[in-house]
Amino acid sequence: MLADLAAAVLVLALSAYAVLGGADFGAGFWDLTAGGAKRGARLRGQIKVSMGPVWEANHVWLIVVLVVMWTCFPKAFGPLMETVYVPLFLAAVGIILRGTAFALRGEAATISEARALGAMFALSSVLTPFFFGCAIGAVASGQVPAGGDPGDPIGAWTNATSLMIGCLAVATSAYLAAVFLAADSERAEMSDLVAAFRARALGAALVTGALAIGGLAVVNSDAPALYDGLTSGAGFAMVLASAVVGVITIGLVWTGRFELARYTSALAVGTVIVGWVLGQRPDFLPGALSFEDAAAGDSTLIATLIALVLALAIIVPSLFWLFRLTLAGRLGDKFKPIGADPKGER
Amino acid sequence: MSHLLHGLSLAGALGGSGSEYLLEARQMQALSLAVHIPLVCFGIAFPAMVVFTEWLGMRTGDPVYRRLAKRWSKVMLILFAIGVVTGTILSFELGLLWPHFMERWGEVFGFAFAIEGLAFFAEAIFITIYIYGWDRLSPRAHFRTGMAVAVAGVLGSTSVIAVNGWMNNPQGFDLGANGEVTDVRPFEALFNPNLWHEEVHMYMAAFIVAGALVAGVYAYAWLKGRRDRHHRAGLIIPLAVLALAAPAQLVIGDWAARTVAEEQPTKLAAMEGLDHTTEGADLTLGGVYYDGSVHGGVSIPDGLSLLADHDPNATIEGLDAVTADDRPPVGWVRNAFQIMVGIGTALAALGLWFLWSRWRRGGLPGTRWFYRAVVAAGPLAVVALIAGWIVTEVGRQPWIVYELMRTKDAVTGAEGIPVGYATLVVVYLGLYSVALFMLRRLARQPIEVEERQGAGDVEVLP
Repeated sequence: MLADLAAAVLVLALSAYAVLGGADFGAGFWDLTAGGAKRGARLRGQIKVSMGPVWEANHVWLIVVLVVMWTCFPKAFGPLMETVYVPLFLAAVGIILRGTAFALRGEAATISEARALGAMFALSSVLTPFFFGCAIGAVASGQVPAGGDPGDPIGAWTNATSLMIGCLAVATSAYLAAVFLAADSERAEMSDLVAAFRARALGAALVTGALAIGGLAVVNSDAPALYDGLTSGAGFAMVLASAVVGVITIGLVWTGRFELARYTSALAVGTVIVGWVLGQRPDFLPGALSFEDAAAGDSTLIATLIALVLALAIIVPSLFWLFRLTLAGRLGDKFKPIGADPKGER
Repeated sequence: MSHLLHGLSLAGALGGSGSEYLLEARQMQALSLAVHIPLVCFGIAFPAMVVFTEWLGMRTGDPVYRRLAKRWSKVMLILFAIGVVTGTILSFELGLLWPHFMERWGEVFGFAFAIEGLAFFAEAIFITIYIYGWDRLSPRAHFRTGMAVAVAGVLGSTSVIAVNGWMNNPQGFDLGANGEVTDVRPFEALFNPNLWHEEVHMYMAAFIVAGALVAGVYAYAWLKGRRDRHHRAGLIIPLAVLALAAPAQLVIGDWAARTVAEEQPTKLAAMEGLDHTTEGADLTLGGVYYDGSVHGGVSIPDGLSLLADHDPNATIEGLDAVTADDRPPVGWVRNAFQIMVGIGTALAALGLWFLWSRWRRGGLPGTRWFYRAVVAAGPLAVVALIAGWIVTEVGRQPWIVYELMRTKDAVTGAEGIPVGYATLVVVYLGLYSVALFMLRRLARQPIEVEERQGAGDVEVLP
């Protein structure tokens, strides 16, 4: 019971990171594909305005995931880290590179420097969610053993399922980002950007949907246990819910109701993650370790859960305040195109 | 340099069976900590300085203070952003480098990290609102947001220090017949006896480091002839912080050393390079430890017994109280300890010089040497900070959990450690270059910018 509660917290935090952190990564994807310095300047400017005030808070969800995992499920955390250290290390490095490049590129002296830094920001924005996705894939496809020798450091996360989930993470991030950016552009009353992000949101939604459906076929042949979890019982209900909400989101984006689409797109992504975990329950590391066996003692779980509840009583209203201020345009930079003229930004 | 290499090889000799890359793993962790800890100082102490300056502005209505606080808050955000990414690396490294440590003990000390994570969350939210909220929130709401940043910063770092205190003084659990952890008592682990002196010592160190570094920037400007009211306030506020914290640190340091003498006598023996258990042990000030003994320095008869026990005849446990397997690399620990104490004493003297000058002359010292010393104080304070953590962390070796788990039994078996280590060195160099670049650019902007520009207009990391 306590382990289930802690697992629920972990899954919610992971979903929050996938949605909020994911949208920040996805913004980098659109930066990468925005086109030449002139054509992409306005897009890149809006991306910076949207991300600036919220990225730190969004990033902290990752810390919450890590902390809850090693405190409440230490016996899963150790084996996980010892097997999938390669993609996790690469993702961590990606987080640093991304930050550095994003900060510096407005300062580039020449157009080629600006392009190089922009490319570094955008590439690491794509690679980081990819490697996180691969690590999740290694867990989901039962590649992480427990209580003995670690799994294959390369093979565990380069099977078809893991690579597919890596790609799905990139696509999902791009999809979320496009919807969020379309909504932000609409608030900022920049119709050219609304149209640009609307087209991207629709395209990304189709690609993500196709990947998810095609991915199920991959999972069926590559990781049958995961397939069973996703296509039966509670896991299936969640996958179905995600599909329905995903289609609704496409409709909302199509008809230009971006503000509502913001929430439905987040729901579509969150339900998939919840569905995955429900599908593999009661196992944390499929075939190796259950949530119950991975869990810390009751006293640790109780203390951590109480601390979480007390802290959320402060954090949730503050986060709400931050998002409200940001969305109302009361925080953040003034919009400036990035890239047309390397010095023009300042 | 030779004793440095000696220390390195000794540390390696203590490694052994766990992983062939134990030493690289330890260096990688040490590097990441050394990169992150100076930023933590700014997370703990700088918000308090910024909010204090803002409060001065509100109280006096003098725009100089408000402009200064606004400028500093931009620095705060840049350093916070870099601290976010370096702290993330640390979180990963705990698991990537020491999976067996986390697996076995995570449920005991993890609760402290949970509090840290949540405090950090609050800090990230409030710091954003604070920075972007200049001119956009009411002065009162803005000031309160700043207070929240300061409180969250202290709460978060206290929790992390609780974990370190626990590693040095593990408790709050029982061990079963097969050494398995049972009956965890998270609060007992959190409030371990090492928490208090480590926390207060680090808290003071944070004010010294932040005070000295910030003061150093304005002392440099002072030497260059920029002595308007803005630069004067920018110099005096951090100098006052340094002048109050550095002398206090000497007293707190004594308390910390006495606790170590009680709880971890082997660490104390390493700090002093005391080979044999001695009644009425002498204290050697200065000198360098290599080839198994202290060379040079001034000996004070019975000094160590007096310091550790406040009794000249007290018996002090030497390194020979434990087998060679259980001793830390003495060279590192003793030399780092001497460096920390030496610099700490010098900083206290610098602080007293400033206070004396305020009291006797009613102003800043006239001689240029004072300002040169303040410029040097910043980097020196960082060196003392790192040296202090070397004393705690290398002094705890060969244990990761004191007397319960050896570091070599905690380390990962992963093959890729040297590659990861090399990657991080390059990445950290890049990161610090970026930070310096951004801070220099910020410093070159005229202060009048703060009148017309929202603070959010500074570049921030994504």
